[in-house]
Amino acid sequence: MAEQGPLLALRGVAKAFGGVNAVQDITFDVQAGESVGLVGPNGAGKTTLFNCVCGQLKNDRGSIEFEGRSLRGLPTYKRARMGIGRTYQRAEVFADMTVRDHLMVAERARSRAGRLWKDLCNMSRPTDEECEKVEGTMALVGLTELADTPVSALGLGNCRLVELARALAGEPRLLLADEPSSGLDEHETADLAAVLRIIQRDRGTAVLLVEHDLGIVAEVVDRAVVMDLGSKIAEGSFEEVMEDPVVRHAYLGQSV
Amino acid sequence: MEQFLGFAVPGIPYGCTYALVAVALVLTYRATGVFNFAFAAQAYVAALLFTALIQSAHLSEWLAFVIAVVVVSPLLGLAFDRLLFSRIPNSNNMAKLVTSISLLVGIPALMQVFIPQNYYAPPSIVFNPNTVYFTLAGAPLNGLDMSAIVFTALVLFAMGVMMRLTPLGLQMRGAVESRRLVQLDGVNAGGVVAVAWMISSFLAGFAGILLAPNFSQVQAQPFLTLMVAAIAAAACAAFRSMAVAAVAAVLIGVATFTLQGYLPTQSFLFTSILPSLPFLVLVGALLFHPGMRKLDQATDPLASVDPPLPPLAAAVRTPAMGRVISVLWYVVLGLFIVSMLTWIPRDWESVLNQGLAFSTLFLSITLITGMGGQLSLAQAGLAGVGAFTAAQLANHLGLPMMAGMVVGAAFAAAVAVLLAVLSLRLRGLGLALMTLGAALVFDNIIQSSQTLGGGSGGLGPMNNVDWGSPFGLLNPNGHALFLATFSVLVVVTLAILMIRRGTVGRLLGAMRGSETAAAGIGINLTWQRILIFALSGAVAGIGGTLLVIQQGVANPQQFNYVFSLAFVVIVVTTGVTTVEGAIQGAFGYVIIQKLLGYAPAQFANLTFVLFAFGALTYAQHPEGILEFQKRRSMQRFEPLFERLFPGSQPDAGSQGEPLIAGGLSEEAVRG
Ligand SMILES: Nc1ncnc2c1ncn2[C@@H]1O[C@H](COP(=O)(O)OP(=O)(O)OP(=O)(O)O)[C@@H](O)[C@H]1O
Ligand SMILES: [Mg+2]
Repeated sequence: MAEQGPLLALRGVAKAFGGVNAVQDITFDVQAGESVGLVGPNGAGKTTLFNCVCGQLKNDRGSIEFEGRSLRGLPTYKRARMGIGRTYQRAEVFADMTVRDHLMVAERARSRAGRLWKDLCNMSRPTDEECEKVEGTMALVGLTELADTPVSALGLGNCRLVELARALAGEPRLLLADEPSSGLDEHETADLAAVLRIIQRDRGTAVLLVEHDLGIVAEVVDRAVVMDLGSKIAEGSFEEVMEDPVVRHAYLGQSV
Repeated sequence: MEQFLGFAVPGIPYGCTYALVAVALVLTYRATGVFNFAFAAQAYVAALLFTALIQSAHLSEWLAFVIAVVVVSPLLGLAFDRLLFSRIPNSNNMAKLVTSISLLVGIPALMQVFIPQNYYAPPSIVFNPNTVYFTLAGAPLNGLDMSAIVFTALVLFAMGVMMRLTPLGLQMRGAVESRRLVQLDGVNAGGVVAVAWMISSFLAGFAGILLAPNFSQVQAQPFLTLMVAAIAAAACAAFRSMAVAAVAAVLIGVATFTLQGYLPTQSFLFTSILPSLPFLVLVGALLFHPGMRKLDQATDPLASVDPPLPPLAAAVRTPAMGRVISVLWYVVLGLFIVSMLTWIPRDWESVLNQGLAFSTLFLSITLITGMGGQLSLAQAGLAGVGAFTAAQLANHLGLPMMAGMVVGAAFAAAVAVLLAVLSLRLRGLGLALMTLGAALVFDNIIQSSQTLGGGSGGLGPMNNVDWGSPFGLLNPNGHALFLATFSVLVVVTLAILMIRRGTVGRLLGAMRGSETAAAGIGINLTWQRILIFALSGAVAGIGGTLLVIQQGVANPQQFNYVFSLAFVVIVVTTGVTTVEGAIQGAFGYVIIQKLLGYAPAQFANLTFVLFAFGALTYAQHPEGILEFQKRRSMQRFEPLFERLFPGSQPDAGSQGEPLIAGGLSEEAVRG
């Protein structure tokens, strides 16, 4: 593992869909334990960039390195095992599972303890240690009371929390959160911001946060990257980039 | 050249009938999102009705044609649309597939119940079958050939004109290009979809009466072959272009007849590979046509997640009730064992033994579809692989059947893994077609080879080998076979329950819920898929071997693809998500079958009718109609238990805001 190098390094990443350049020539770093906001108007290419980092899409050009290792050609699940956790813009939950099961399955997937023969010998009941971890994560995100509810009975807001908790159960070193606050009310959003700060501060997890709610971005991130129409148009502290006239024009153009 | 044309030309009329159905498939698939397996059944219905009207009701040909093809066929399509498919949410691909497969299984069975007579071939329309109208490159074209070619050409031409020149055609073309647009265009969507159904059903009916005169009697089988060829042709067009599908269909007809002419009639290629030609085309299209991989993929901005299944009955009952029910289960089990060993008559004992064997086989469907979330239409074929392996090993190496069963299971698992590897990129419909193709290839090989499959009588014990050995343990005349079969089922059931409760079950649950998110937390989907195929293949192989031991003969007919379809329909009816579902399905199947044996012969097929109609409820009750009833009756008893054991609450609630509503409205905001 590179001692000094960045946790995630994007160099000239590009991705086109037919004629649409969804992501063009994006270059930036995320340091270990750092919290970076990725903002931009609708269709800027934020989700596409996430998909390139996680391997759901293959970038056409450029390189993506995680802890100094190139991710080229690695399938999604291997990237996840390297320590990249992710939540989705369109909540992706496992419909017939309870909240606790979500975390347990993530824990098992992370530790790769799954063996068919263990199942057959009834040796795969959750261990005390696993239960403790799962309870801890649920408490952190505030889902303890819903632990045994099937997610099909939860609202969208809670589903987002389940996704976040599931990603955290995998103990990622980098968390990619795609609009985690959409569908949450004000109160829940404030709680979410608190959770994001805690995981960054206490667990040392780096966070790359996509958000339309600039309030939460301002509160959580150390640094922000602004995208528009697939390109990076600014980078710096949140206040800095918000002062940038290019950003004001592109991003806040409609509201200024 | 002369010889080539002489072989090729007679393939054209068959190719024409394939073309009509292929066009029908593409039209409904593009316009409504339903891949309608049931066109084969509709073609059969039209042919049977046409024939019956002429031969029993003594109507004139023309009147019979109008009633069967112009009136009834489209109405049947309309009924399917209005009563079934229009009620299934667009995103629920599994429900659409299951529904159309149940129609395919149920309708011919229903027809045989109501119209049990055997009809001779109907007349061909307009042209005289005994006249040779023209000779094309030395190949005579008689009236049958002429009517197939001329009417197909006319109908497809008329369709082309309608699609291009009329406003309705324009709307339909719009639907074929993008069914979304039609659906978003609120006013006409339902109408256009209904018209698409009616036209495609008309085409299928027409194909039916054009094909029927070629066979001496009106039976369901040729229509299934027709269907398969049509699917292959439609696949060549990636279910997109009707013109490409029609041309491909004619080419498949021509290629089949040409090869038939050139290949030596006794060769393996002739007997096994040639009938599989449509499948090889289908499999080729699935593997190499890039368009086929995109089937069912959620590129659709309006697609939403499948509505989650309601919690299982076991999950909602109060703990007290759970205890009582599990005690009851043990009591029933005990009674069953004691009864089997004491008072149950021999013939019923063997029926229930079959039930045990089928339970094992059906559990393979619980594994792959219930736990793995993949629809496989090859389960009977995989069971056959296991069964024939065991039977051959017994006959030639004298290996006891129980040992052969293990080898057979391993071999079936290997075949399933091969299938899984070939279809790694396929989902939903693509996977269903791939597995169907595999089942058919297996059928053709095993059925046509005397050495492998034992010919029409099936493969029995040979070389003085006793399948019941050692110690007569598996002798069908004693209780020992019951004990052996029962033990195997218990072992398999326990293994499945363990897997479901364990890590593998959890990982599969995640994969079923969302492949994207499952990969995102580090689950290797490829490996999980191969694993569940292997497990399911092994269990199917075990079930098939048990069945063969029970019957004393391995009959290829018992494992043909129609059974693969029927088995899925049965298990889906009783509940594909639970182990009990498979067992209840199996016992329901053998018991109803046995009871119908006492009724007049025509009712023999009623079993499939019953299950097929059960499976039509899949869209409403994906957890299985039986499971649904259980939950309902349990809720009725709940107050009683509350009173008896106060303070016990259900484990899990099922109320609350549904996830999809939230997901959809959010999409709407984004869009
Ligand atoms: N699978 C796809 N096929 C074709 N085009 C796509 C696909 N996914 C995204 N795009 C296009 O790429 C561009 C970037 O989309 P993306 O979803 O990455 O934006 P975003 O920044 O996440 O926007 P939002 O804030 O709305 O989530 C858009 O123009 C979009 O239409
Ligand atoms: Mg996005």
